[in-house]
Amino acid sequence: MTRLAVLFLAAVALAACEPTNRAPAALPGVAGDPTSAAFFRAAVGDRVLFAVDEATLGTQARNTLEAQARWLIENGGYNAVIEGHADEQGTREYNLALGARRAAAVKEFLVARGVADGRLDTVTFGKERPIEICSEETCYERNRRAVTVIAAGAGA
Amino acid sequence: MLRVVLALVLLAIGSASVAQERGPLRIEITEGVIEPVPIAVPDFLTDDPALAARAAEIAGVVRADLAGSGLFRPIPADAFISQVTNLDSPVQYADWQAINAQGLVTGKLIGADGKYTVQFRLFDIFAETTLGEGLQFTAADTAWRRLAHKVADAVYSRITGEGGYFDSRVVFVAESGPKDARDKRLAIMDYDGANTRYLTQPGDIVLAPRISRDGGQVLYTSYATGRPRVTLIETETLATRVLDEQPGSMTFSPRFTPDGQGVLLSLSERGNTDLYRLDLAGGARTRLTEAPSIETAPSFAPDGERIVFESDRSGNQQLYVMAADGSGVERISFGPGRYGTPVWSPKGDLIAFTKQHRGRFHIGVMRPDGSEERLLTASFLDESPTWAPNGRVLMFTRETPGAAGGAQLFSVDVTGRNLRPVPTPGPASDPAWSPLQE
Repeated sequence: MTRLAVLFLAAVALAACEPTNRAPAALPGVAGDPTSAAFFRAAVGDRVLFAVDEATLGTQARNTLEAQARWLIENGGYNAVIEGHADEQGTREYNLALGARRAAAVKEFLVARGVADGRLDTVTFGKERPIEICSEETCYERNRRAVTVIAAGAGA
Repeated sequence: MLRVVLALVLLAIGSASVAQERGPLRIEITEGVIEPVPIAVPDFLTDDPALAARAAEIAGVVRADLAGSGLFRPIPADAFISQVTNLDSPVQYADWQAINAQGLVTGKLIGADGKYTVQFRLFDIFAETTLGEGLQFTAADTAWRRLAHKVADAVYSRITGEGGYFDSRVVFVAESGPKDARDKRLAIMDYDGANTRYLTQPGDIVLAPRISRDGGQVLYTSYATGRPRVTLIETETLATRVLDEQPGSMTFSPRFTPDGQGVLLSLSERGNTDLYRLDLAGGARTRLTEAPSIETAPSFAPDGERIVFESDRSGNQQLYVMAADGSGVERISFGPGRYGTPVWSPKGDLIAFTKQHRGRFHIGVMRPDGSEERLLTASFLDESPTWAPNGRVLMFTRETPGAAGGAQLFSVDVTGRNLRPVPTPGPASDPAWSPLQE
């Protein structure tokens, strides 16, 4: 219960501010435009968080992904790359595999909700691209993430 | 208890009458700290005054190699009573005995036609005898450090009975930039940090390289295509080739097969990571594991018959050994905590690994059957061990915590002694030690 509450608070905190997006392919756009990638990042929520060493989607993550699936279905001109990440408390190659597992869990969920498989790609960054750089759980929990990065699609 | 036979026996300090009450010199590295053996390595001689500085530098590298092993203590030149002025003059044993030098290395540098030749001799001072024949090595003058390493390897080898490791190279990842946008470049250097050369350009993420037996090729994981891909680079021409570029998959964790003809790697597809063997020439791919769990970080036994790897099939990372064709998988790690990054020793006798337990990281070694586990280091984050060519020393990555945290290479010997940082131009990670150079 405590962990869920913490995850939930972290997700609220993330949603409250504009998340930094370091993906080079990030599309420009205005957050006020509900069909923009910026809106997806800020209002829909582009990321879900995971427990240590896990790729299981919790309640908060599933809620975020339900919203992502609806948005992706409504905005069929976009594709997405799902980036899986791990915190630094793991060996490098294991964390690559763990990030791949997390990205795949998100993709499977979105596909099960009706997003076409071919629109979604996955990539792992292991522990190579943390967004928080402290070595405490407050940072780690935000680094254990899968981020859905909106990209130009066939119809865009 | 531990029976890693690490008796580094100082060879044949014969029963010569002049042994002055000293028994045969014997270093047994067990768990305690041993006293390094005092050794004199005067600056090498040369008949050419223009080469005097270089001759002194070569002896300096020999001293640094021997001291760096933790087994020797070079005696400062200002303590010498005798001066070596001619390679063929009789050694004044009494003078070296008086300063308690147990070994003496003398050498001479000869230069001709862009080449250097180093002649050297090793003496057992208290047995009053030479230790092995005099030897000489020749190389291009630009490779003078290699000549020094070869002399040091011969000295180390004669006195310990183990192979040397100084004339070797290390490929590693040179890091720069902040933790959340770190830039990584492949680099190669001599084992002691000299002669660093970059193999890749900035602007990429490159991970966990491995070097071929002849040093001509390096396997690594690159993000140049936007996703992790096993890539091969030629160390001379810097030509790169992405291996096994299948759409939708990611590959990482590459290792050369012992014959250099193939690659073991991890391939991740739909979130599942398994081990494959790839033929370098033809590209044929053989699947070695087929499980819903993570299988990665493979390492061949030196005889090529078995593979050690890590898997979380039990629920967390543990070490497993299987036959080269993927059959007969057996778990070998059973202690508390998680085990990853296994690396089989070039001697075949030990497997090094990274262990995580209670929030700490350790480099450790165990027998290939999992027995006699022994942790050598402990810190916030130690990982990615690699073996010295003689299987007696390990190099690894140590990372410090926090926003300002950074990675650095360290070395430690198999008994946990002689932990020391390895000099690199900046932060560095993921070392891979080459075999001894030809």
